[in-house]
Amino acid sequence: MTQLRAWLTADTPVSRNHARAIQAYLSWRALASNPLTMIGLLIVVALVVFATLAPMLAPQSPVAQDLTQRFIAPGTQYLFGTDEFGRDILSRILYGARVTLYIVVLVAVTAAPVGLLVGTVSGYFGGWVDAALMRITDIFLAFPRLILALAFVSALGPGIENAVLAIALTAWPPYARIARAETLTIRTSDFIAAARLQGASGFRIVVGHVVPLCSSSLIVRVTLDMAGVILTAAGLGFLGLGAQPPLAEWGAMVSSGRRYLLDYWWVATIPGLAIFVVSLGFNLLGDGLRDVLDPKSS
Amino acid sequence: MSQPLLSVEGLEVRFHTPKGIVEAVRGIGFEVGREKLGIVGESGSGKTMTGRSVLRLIRPPGEVRAKRMVFDGNDLEAIDEVAMREIRGRRIAMVMQDPKFSLNPVMKVGDQIAEAYLVHRKVGAEQARKRTLDMLAAVKIRDPARVYDLYPHEVSGGMGQRVMMAMMLIPEPDLLIADEPTSALDVTVSMQVLAILDDLVTQRGMGLMFISHDLNLVASFCDRVIIMYAGRIVETCKASELKQAKHPYTQGLLASLPRIDRPVGELSVLSRDPAWRDGPVVVDGKMVG
Amino acid sequence: MALTFFGLLLVTFLIGRVVPVDPVLAAIGDRASHDTYEQVRREMGLDLPLWQQFASYVLQVLKGELGKSVLTANTVVDDIKRVFPATMELATTATLFGVAFGVPMGVVAAVNQGRWPDQIVRLLGLFGYSMPVFWLGLMGLLLFYGILDIAAAPGRVDFANLDVVETWSGLILLDSALQGEWEVFFDALHHLILPAAVLGYLSLAYISRMTRSFMLEQLRQEYVTTARVKGLSEARVIWRHALGNVMVPLITVIALSYANLLEGSVLTETVFAWPGLGQYLTASLLAADMNAVLGATIVVGAIFIGINLLSDLLYRLVDPRAK
Repeated sequence: MTQLRAWLTADTPVSRNHARAIQAYLSWRALASNPLTMIGLLIVVALVVFATLAPMLAPQSPVAQDLTQRFIAPGTQYLFGTDEFGRDILSRILYGARVTLYIVVLVAVTAAPVGLLVGTVSGYFGGWVDAALMRITDIFLAFPRLILALAFVSALGPGIENAVLAIALTAWPPYARIARAETLTIRTSDFIAAARLQGASGFRIVVGHVVPLCSSSLIVRVTLDMAGVILTAAGLGFLGLGAQPPLAEWGAMVSSGRRYLLDYWWVATIPGLAIFVVSLGFNLLGDGLRDVLDPKSS
Repeated sequence: MSQPLLSVEGLEVRFHTPKGIVEAVRGIGFEVGREKLGIVGESGSGKTMTGRSVLRLIRPPGEVRAKRMVFDGNDLEAIDEVAMREIRGRRIAMVMQDPKFSLNPVMKVGDQIAEAYLVHRKVGAEQARKRTLDMLAAVKIRDPARVYDLYPHEVSGGMGQRVMMAMMLIPEPDLLIADEPTSALDVTVSMQVLAILDDLVTQRGMGLMFISHDLNLVASFCDRVIIMYAGRIVETCKASELKQAKHPYTQGLLASLPRIDRPVGELSVLSRDPAWRDGPVVVDGKMVG
Repeated sequence: MALTFFGLLLVTFLIGRVVPVDPVLAAIGDRASHDTYEQVRREMGLDLPLWQQFASYVLQVLKGELGKSVLTANTVVDDIKRVFPATMELATTATLFGVAFGVPMGVVAAVNQGRWPDQIVRLLGLFGYSMPVFWLGLMGLLLFYGILDIAAAPGRVDFANLDVVETWSGLILLDSALQGEWEVFFDALHHLILPAAVLGYLSLAYISRMTRSFMLEQLRQEYVTTARVKGLSEARVIWRHALGNVMVPLITVIALSYANLLEGSVLTETVFAWPGLGQYLTASLLAADMNAVLGATIVVGAIFIGINLLSDLLYRLVDPRAK
């Protein structure tokens, strides 16, 4: 083990991969030194684990109704109690984690690359391409995110895929801005000029050189954004526009529990708490990542 | 020299950083009377920290310790913050390097000067304004009434430094610390500003601590010179006797300055001897330690 | 600015066209004859090329016509005029709350960087960023209304006070005060506190974080040292000199926070049965009242743009360097 450690903390790397490994290890050490960041990481990992293993971990099916077991308070029998249809809330929370993870991953995977592409192309080529793309970005940025998502969902109809699409459509502009800003600073560097002199095409330069350099600030931003995405998705769910019943989605669960808030507080409180904790986790992790990867932006 | 204004002995300034302790000033002692004392050194020599520690401006993670730091009977280390605030501005003042940064960008310059007066004297706003206009005239600013209403970004560098001087001299302190007052200015402007500073300091019989990296400038402007290196004083001498400096660092500095009346084929470059860090220093014209 | 608004209209227009519901059928029902269908279609201008439809849409909006609400049968503009003051009352109070608490908190955090006041402020801010506002509202209701019984029930005023005050500005607090109806005034205040506090907490989280950040930057500046050298008290240095410089970028932040609250109010109004723009939007959404939804979206978008403009202007006014 100590041999591995020595290799990872060497002063002079012997190969490119070695250098990468050292860098990764040092970044990890910096990240791990912040307890709050570690808590965030733990929460995010827990989300992934619970979501993936939901079928195995959940004591019951999330849609199994048992009207004899309605409104049982949290306790030894049902960890989080039961709701108005006698469904086990713990199981619903676990399956709800799947929905949340699904949304987060889909939005990240669609919005980030689009934003990255738009931003780098815009920053690198400049001119009317830049002007046009930035106009479009500005228009989307000028919108309140939830309102725009609401408008999209109202047009497309409720449902989880439409909710994802609506959120992704409002999520990409900040990434485009960041990518563009980074690209502008790098564009005039000597190594870009060198690549161009060697005959690299614009496309190759953008993809091969500019994109990797933008990635660290983008990763930070995406992680921090995921907290907001979760809140927006939950908001849509709360309004009945996200995942449709009987699919267990945390926002929708809060909404349906609302009617019974004063008498059976756990039905609305616990799903909301789950939303809060996961969003907090992404915020903590994102803050920690920013301190390590991109300190100048704080 | 008659009773000195400021007497410092064994001053140490250190900073506690995550990477360890950084010693900026490592035990220095000096006295300032109603004279012009120059403190010369390169970046990192500790000269700025010396100036700031006199005014007790250094905050954690910085730490200041001194065997003795007395100003006109006041033990600057022991008195409480309220007493220190009485001294700041009223008895000891400081002019800083760049008025672009050392003046408050959202306040009119006249108001900033008036504030310096009002903090130590309970007078009406009208009285303070009048005093400010007088002071602006004293630093040779034409049309003080117009300049009063300007904002810092609307005045030139030289004018800004004169505003700074007006602000610092309006409460009539006894000791002025000038921390690189002309380093941000053009040479000609710098000469003008120094002339005004010289006048005012002499007229009022003030003491002046002139901190700079420019040996020539300090030698021509001040009465006595202190040379600092790596947090220690390596030489003290009268400005007029600078050519007879004994410490190799001072000699090296003097040798590396270009002189119009003594052209050389190749300017000598100062090479730093690690022995200077803790080695002997010149006290009263003799190598000691 | 105009271009952004134009873009906004374009997006809402396209959204309207994407709707899988046929607007002609929605207007005439699905049992009309083919001829009627064609006639109505021509009347609605739907046989014209798309860009012409868009042009007439833009003209309509600029004239202030946002169509008719299917749900309420009023024009959308009338509906919005009726509901907007409620949202404005809520957003304004929440922003005042956020500024009144957020700015001092941010200052205290910056001045005590690293120590426990800083940690607490940062934690509170972090919680504010991560909390779903509708859940916070519900928890507030649960605690202060359900358990402690000190907050009012959801709604703007008690049922008994509903039409006591004439609508002059639509802001119940203002109208009731102007008309001397003090019982209504205090009732409205009682109802306003909890939703305003909930939204205000979100505002506070953002404002305190930005204040802290700006303050830390200002405390590093040389003019702060100058102020101390003059012999000013630390309080004056912080609250008069440093904060004066912090206010310049903070104005923009506060304006943005106000705009963001409009968004948050959509959810908060639902929780507190607050008859504002947010509730109007969601009700129209659930009823698939596209005119109302798009109309409200345009209004909110326009307000957003307007607030951005305003904050630009304010910045220019407050920063002497920008004049």
